[in-house]
Amino acid sequence: MTDNNNEKVLIKGNYAIAQAAVNAGCQCYFGYPITPQTEIGEYLSGKMQELGRGYVCAESELGAINMVMGAVSTGVKAMTSSSSPAVALMQEGLSYAASDELPVVLVNVMRTGPGLGYIYPAQGDYNQAVYGGGNGDYKIIVLAPSTVQECIDLTYRAFYLAQKYRNPVILLADGILGQMMEPASFGKYPYPEVDVSSWALTGAKGREARKIYSVATDEKKQIQHIYDLFKKFEIITQNETTYEEFNTEDADIILTSFGSMTRNIKAAMNVLRKKGIKAGCFRPVTLSPFPHKRVSELAGEGKDFIVVEMNMGQMFKDIKYAVNGQSKVSLVNRPVGEWLSVEEIVEAVENIVAKGLTVVNPGGVEYAASV
Amino acid sequence: MQQVFSIPESMKKDFRYTFCPGCDHGIAIRLVAEVIDELGIRENIISSTSVGCSVFLYDFLNIDCVEAPHGRALASATGVKRARPDKFVFTYSGDGDFASIGIAESLHSALRGENISAICINNTTYGMTGGQLGPTTMMGQITTTSPTGRNKEYFGYPIKIAEHIALCDGTAYSARVALDSVPHINQAKQAIKKAFQTQLDGKGFGFVEILSSCPTNWHMTPEQAHERVRNEMIKVFPLGEFKGGDK
Repeated sequence: MTDNNNEKVLIKGNYAIAQAAVNAGCQCYFGYPITPQTEIGEYLSGKMQELGRGYVCAESELGAINMVMGAVSTGVKAMTSSSSPAVALMQEGLSYAASDELPVVLVNVMRTGPGLGYIYPAQGDYNQAVYGGGNGDYKIIVLAPSTVQECIDLTYRAFYLAQKYRNPVILLADGILGQMMEPASFGKYPYPEVDVSSWALTGAKGREARKIYSVATDEKKQIQHIYDLFKKFEIITQNETTYEEFNTEDADIILTSFGSMTRNIKAAMNVLRKKGIKAGCFRPVTLSPFPHKRVSELAGEGKDFIVVEMNMGQMFKDIKYAVNGQSKVSLVNRPVGEWLSVEEIVEAVENIVAKGLTVVNPGGVEYAASV
Repeated sequence: MQQVFSIPESMKKDFRYTFCPGCDHGIAIRLVAEVIDELGIRENIISSTSVGCSVFLYDFLNIDCVEAPHGRALASATGVKRARPDKFVFTYSGDGDFASIGIAESLHSALRGENISAICINNTTYGMTGGQLGPTTMMGQITTTSPTGRNKEYFGYPIKIAEHIALCDGTAYSARVALDSVPHINQAKQAIKKAFQTQLDGKGFGFVEILSSCPTNWHMTPEQAHERVRNEMIKVFPLGEFKGGDK
């Protein structure tokens, strides 16, 4: 396996994430098997032992996320990986990790839901990742790669941001990215090492004892703590919000998606342009913080949005919120299964333009959403 | 005048006593602090804390702590130890945390032979929430959720934690002790010390179950509560070393 160089290799998304974690200096991996991400744990089981780093086949996802929390509390980088229904089990840990400001890195290679679902690809965990399933007010940084190369780049970024802001980070990939092979290069981990010495637990030698905890029997302290967490996330929003846009300057319609679906909206945009529809593309790289401001600016210029996603319209709500009635927002979606093809997206956009539809679900069940 | 007792060095000087009158947590934490002092390990400790009355450990001890959600202390401690094998890592939980909601984390830590030490306070009830039936509630015991006493039809049977932990191949030391009398308190301290020494020697998982009183939720005076430990609990939960002892 190639690491630390610029040579292009043909590599599967799951292996790319795993090797990127190694390159980023991940000292411990804890995980429990679940398709379609199991290759991450399989790859790291050998690699971590070879490197003398930490590896545990956890007894459950509850165990795994809490092992990560314990490990990162000592100042090292650590991660777990899982998939949708099992990431649901980790929500308790994420709420604690956000409150305790623990730099947890969690990779979610999405499959379908609700419930056990199946191993078809899907993007149904947008809400789970961005809005969270844990208790209380907290925010997670969520990065959504669209290519195997970005699986590497954003894994690097996940480890950096987690420690830089002492905040959990989710890398939100999906079964297509996890299982597909693409040429990619690892390069070198591009970020500086973050100084964790002011808070990491190392034993109370020559200093006051430290406790990392969130129990607050004092109401005022609890209120202040939550405001502090949200103030921190304002800084994260200002500094780290990332998105891509193509041909938005002269666009009448902006196709929007996240993750691997971005590949198809870029292609659909080119087809639509040839057909005389001035289409652009907008793709958030950080789903949290979400680029609400930029979407609002584009909507203010009168550009309509068409959200294309493999769920029942989850990111759609964030776009609607950002557009705030300034222009029209439509949804092209399918909840699970075969990715919406370029042809399906093009046809759906043409229907939206010609017939004024707001929801198109190509090849799906007849369904009129109240949006 | 000769000084015969002092607050252990490892205890915070400004701790606020948060336990009910007659609760054995105070004795247990003092014993842990004395053992830490005697082994000289305070500055090298990272503890993963639990949820329940035992959560207040970090208000008493002058050591680095990271909180874990209810039942997850042993998973958290596993993460700490795997990240920093050179640190001394221990947990301090109640029976509900360790043996009910956290039994998977606890048992698997023992099975993996994690080189950590775990202390479990068994007071046969959920103390912090006001005395409900827990994993170690004894047959016939009245709690707020077993108002006519624990019966097998509705509630099944209590777990004997120390014996279960002793069955795990990764366990190097497992013992059950009590705090109802001075001789038992002295034995308890020796057991905690052995469990901690087990980790220092790199032998694997060390465990001590401590039978403790909960006068408030048992609706007893502290003295009556210790009599219950002595006359009833020890019969069901026998004291002794189940693995790694001297015998």
